[in-house]
Amino acid sequence: MSALVKGAGAAGGRLAVAQRRPAAQRRTVKRAGFGLLMTLFVLASMFPFYWIVITSLKTQSEVNQGTTSLLPGHITWSNYITDFTKEDFIRPLLNSAVVALSTTILTVVIASLAGYALARTQMRGKTIVLGFILVANFFPIIAMVGPLFIAYRRLGLLNSYPALVISCLIYTIPLATWLLSSYFSQIPKSLEEAALVDGSSRLRTLRKVIMPVALPGVFTAAILSFMLTWNDFTFALSFMSTPDKFTAPLAIVNLGQSQYQTFYNLIDAAVVIISIPIALIVIFAQRRIVTGLTAGSFR
Amino acid sequence: MTVSKTATSPGPRTARAGGPPGGGYGRSLLAQDRRFGYALIAPVLIVLLAITAYPLVYNVWNSFHHDNLLIPYLRGFSGLTNYKELFTNDQFLPALVHTVGFTVVSVAIETVIGLSLAVALNKRFRGRGIVRAAIFIPWAVPTVVSAELWRSMFDPQQGFVNYLLSSLHLPLAHTTWLDGTWTAWTAILIADAWRNTPFVAIVLLAGLQAIPSDIYEAARIDGASAWRTFRKITLPLLKPALMVALIFRTLQSFLVFDVVYIMTSGGPGTATNVLAYLDWKAFLVATDFGYGGAVSVALVAFALIIAGIYTRVFRIEQPA
Repeated sequence: MSALVKGAGAAGGRLAVAQRRPAAQRRTVKRAGFGLLMTLFVLASMFPFYWIVITSLKTQSEVNQGTTSLLPGHITWSNYITDFTKEDFIRPLLNSAVVALSTTILTVVIASLAGYALARTQMRGKTIVLGFILVANFFPIIAMVGPLFIAYRRLGLLNSYPALVISCLIYTIPLATWLLSSYFSQIPKSLEEAALVDGSSRLRTLRKVIMPVALPGVFTAAILSFMLTWNDFTFALSFMSTPDKFTAPLAIVNLGQSQYQTFYNLIDAAVVIISIPIALIVIFAQRRIVTGLTAGSFR
Repeated sequence: MTVSKTATSPGPRTARAGGPPGGGYGRSLLAQDRRFGYALIAPVLIVLLAITAYPLVYNVWNSFHHDNLLIPYLRGFSGLTNYKELFTNDQFLPALVHTVGFTVVSVAIETVIGLSLAVALNKRFRGRGIVRAAIFIPWAVPTVVSAELWRSMFDPQQGFVNYLLSSLHLPLAHTTWLDGTWTAWTAILIADAWRNTPFVAIVLLAGLQAIPSDIYEAARIDGASAWRTFRKITLPLLKPALMVALIFRTLQSFLVFDVVYIMTSGGPGTATNVLAYLDWKAFLVATDFGYGGAVSVALVAFALIIAGIYTRVFRIEQPA
């Protein structure tokens, strides 16, 4: 669509005369309409981000005046500075990173083992296991909150990283296991046969021969696990009670609120900060995420 | 793109691929192979059972018992009290109505827009990669981001929505969105659709790309119109992908929590109260694990019903 940008503005004027024009020009109109539509979609999904970025760069008095322009006025970084110093937003970011990374590593390890078992051993009951994993993927997580709360309370795990990591496995394990088992089953069997003939144990073969070949799949599973855990709000809200243990999403909800006013510039600065890692991941690993997501959701 | 390959069921394929390397194992080697499999799958099974089966059983058990941390002296078997509570209090049934309404509207919006996006992105045009990434990003950000972002967009004084309406001289420019029943629902729906439509688009796009292009070639040669091609070829072949997108989105919408909690907390009053929020409050505000258990059991039952309806409606001959 070469007319994507150029044609978008002219679309309105051309539509009226489209009927009498020859086919070539009708096609131009069609292209322009398509370009306009795409521009609209991109605007709809990106404009809100632009909005929170400019809000996050406004001073408190500018915010209090209400919106007068779509352009950023006097740019100030003070909201970011306040978030990082007075609001101590670094701590929740670190908590989020610790929880997301631990969950990701744990997920990749145990989902690889399970994926290999499903793809390459003759264990019984594979269909049942796969069915259970699929159902678990749809389990209402809000229904887990009460019983897990009681269990963590008894185990003294409330307000701790392990409570969050264990809970977040519900986001990651079904998807990762499904993804990895389908990845492993595509690897030619001759590879591991050679290693096994050489006397390598199966666990060692899995680690040294299969995993390196399956690295793209493992990487995809890791990225998705990280994103899903980084995005968690429900479990953090339910199990983390002191601000020093809040994850970033939970901290944002408790940030910039006073009894009389909501400080959107402070909130939006934090929203920008927490979105950056995710935006980077999407930009650099988009194709991988899409493949993983569709492989994980298709049956 | 290996989407179409990975998209097919790992079930039968893994069963076929599961043979021992080299074949010709003896009986004991087969047993050994199986034991190895069980050992490898054990961690995942233990974890999943601990965080799904255990809560489910515990909820069922609790739903027949008094278990409120605030009323420690009242414990023990309660019969159907908690379930009777569901249908007699003034919370559950309204929340059920809200949840069903929200699910129907949000899934309808997301499917229509998601499908048109997927069809558009399936065409080749300059800048497609950028458009795809741009549309994709809202799905990837945390729900907290989408909820806070739209809360800030809908703020009556400082938000964008009222600014836009007033600069276009449209009515409603002074709406306090989150304070009215229908306006609050509008805001929630927009926030939810903004974040989740990309998911539908991605899944449907993968489905579209799996359709072989020679079918379209044949339709074009036969002189089929674009609309007819879409209805007679694209839609039927897109059914599996459509089902995946719909099941995921319907169940997620039905269990909507984050957006409601952050944007309205179920308000104004209880106008946007939904089942998941009700359940969460029963557990962690009222600490009534008996009643919360009953709500949870209801949620699981509804989820099963939804999944059952979809598999029945979409019962299609699986492509070979």
